[in-house]
Amino acid sequence: MYISTFHLMPHRELPDDFEKRYQSVWVTPPFHELADAKRVGQYYNWTLDELIAAARAGSDGICTNEHHQNAYGFMPSPNLMGSVLARATNGLDCAIVQMGSTLPATQPPIRIAEEYGMIDAISGGRLVAGMPLGTPMDINIGYGITPIEQRERYREAHDLIVKAWKSREVFAWNGKYFQLAFVNVWPRPIQQPHPPIWVPGSGSTSTFHFAAQHNYCYCFLSYFGYKTAANTVKKYWEVCQQHGRDLNPYRLGFAQVVGVSETDEQAERDYAKPVEYLYHKLLHIPVEWIGVPGHQDYQSLSNSLRNPMIGQAFATLKQKRYKDFVNEGFAICGSPGTVRDRLKELCDALRVGNLMVLLHVGSMSHELTLKNIQLFFDEVAGPLRSKWDDEWENHWWPASLRKTAVQGASA
Amino acid sequence: MTAVAEQRLNVWQGKIRANVKIAGSGSPVVFLHGAGGLVWDGFLDRLSERHTVYAPEFPGTTAGDPDAISHLDNIWDLVLYYNDLLDALGLRSASVIGHSFGGMLAAEIAANNHERVSKLVLICPIGLWRDETPIPNWMLITPATDLPKYLFYEPDGPLARMAFGQADVEAQIKMVWSMACTGKFVWPIPDKGLHKRIHRIQAPTLVVWGKQDRLVPPAYANEFARRIPGSRVEIIDQAGHVLGLEHPSRMAELTENFLKN
Repeated sequence: MYISTFHLMPHRELPDDFEKRYQSVWVTPPFHELADAKRVGQYYNWTLDELIAAARAGSDGICTNEHHQNAYGFMPSPNLMGSVLARATNGLDCAIVQMGSTLPATQPPIRIAEEYGMIDAISGGRLVAGMPLGTPMDINIGYGITPIEQRERYREAHDLIVKAWKSREVFAWNGKYFQLAFVNVWPRPIQQPHPPIWVPGSGSTSTFHFAAQHNYCYCFLSYFGYKTAANTVKKYWEVCQQHGRDLNPYRLGFAQVVGVSETDEQAERDYAKPVEYLYHKLLHIPVEWIGVPGHQDYQSLSNSLRNPMIGQAFATLKQKRYKDFVNEGFAICGSPGTVRDRLKELCDALRVGNLMVLLHVGSMSHELTLKNIQLFFDEVAGPLRSKWDDEWENHWWPASLRKTAVQGASA
Repeated sequence: MTAVAEQRLNVWQGKIRANVKIAGSGSPVVFLHGAGGLVWDGFLDRLSERHTVYAPEFPGTTAGDPDAISHLDNIWDLVLYYNDLLDALGLRSASVIGHSFGGMLAAEIAANNHERVSKLVLICPIGLWRDETPIPNWMLITPATDLPKYLFYEPDGPLARMAFGQADVEAQIKMVWSMACTGKFVWPIPDKGLHKRIHRIQAPTLVVWGKQDRLVPPAYANEFARRIPGSRVEIIDQAGHVLGLEHPSRMAELTENFLKN
């Protein structure tokens, strides 16, 4: 198993009554009422320091992602963060996992081919190239991209980026959304023909098909824990089989909130407030914004309105407390032993090879985050690392950082 | 209740199988529906007493063919598609009535082709934008709880309850998908340049607005009227955005008088 550390870079100090006073954490929260630019500078630096600390503690990868106009996680450019991280972790066996630049909102999308090429070059070939569609709040509402065109635009941007990486000739791109008469990207990535590609998503079937069809790693970013994810992930593995893919666990990434303390009781004292802050404040979003008309294709829309699981999950978040989040697996918190057992359960249940742990969530302080990182990599991660490696190789990882495959592992 | 027939026609290089609801007899009237999809309401019933009413479903909103919309990408495509459809229906010239999104569409068709539209009725159309009177994005409003406040004069009245009161999942899917298809041409702000083309409208034009329209405020009535030469405005009191449902008789009477003269 490969374990990466994922950071959202949220606002850490929203007021206690935030969710009562404001319509949403995304799109409309007023910056000047809620934040201070100098303090935000401190958040960015803490975030970078925490990810670098994770890399030094032994994290296999460090992940950043892109969101806009929000307090949930405000790295409008994950590549600014990624380039700092690449520089700061040179010499460490740690992947720079960009989860990453949202394709439909980047114009022209070869900008991503260029920036990823830069990060791959700066890091000496340690980049994982995430290719997210982006949330409706970011892409449709914040950035004005027409919802019903988002997926088609994504696919065209993907095809263009991959061709820009692969082509040795200058070529013309006459697409529906992008027209470029001369495509000739500088720099090219060190990893040839291109870095491993991951597709982050929130459970949409059409994204499963896209990932399986292209032989990419699909990363399920649900935040609702592994128990809620079971059915969705089962569907993903079915889709992989439909496309004739094997069941290599490294085809699946999964993000999980994790809090480690000395004991289960101490974990509750440490993490109850930040975990509740994450689910009550940072996911305070009008449900209909998650289902903007056209963001889902007709089939997905029909499925989600007939069986409104995500909508219901969002609607009931504020009724849940720390104990519920832990019991239902949204957050895995406790002593090193407790956390390790539950993570094993998670990986077996979902067949996850690329685990992403969120070791900072919500209102966690910098000091508590560093303690969590240290405890996790010193006392939890070790025994989990060897999982799957006797059978499978992680083809979706920078080649120079792959663990030596055990004899007999599937090619 | 009027007998409403349906006609399927192959248009747009055979890629779209259009569905048109047709009722009544008499001179032809084309009705272009709003963003929420075609609802055959009391207004269309009354209208079909004296006219043959043709009400095409917007591409993508016909049951069983949600992806038809993928063949049309912009206003120019849309205007030519409707010209194709009117050709297929044999309507070289007809009165065209458009409601809300359909109003914008009707105005574009009339601006493009003078012969096609003999008279034009715009019912609280979108298509223009005033910074001081922004139109809320209806695609971001919670349908069941909040949309009636924008659409109806009486958000808690029987009409609003009839339209939004029941948890009918299939109707909800239909409405959301209809917004997705029409939204393709107006996201995220319903101003795609009509103000540059609207002066070309030559058809006699009636602009009708609900005085208490909270979705597209009546301030826009004058915006349309001052740009369309010789147009006339009618404001209906105690009316919101869905005039055909809220005031079917008054709407039919106004339209009938306008088409007659």
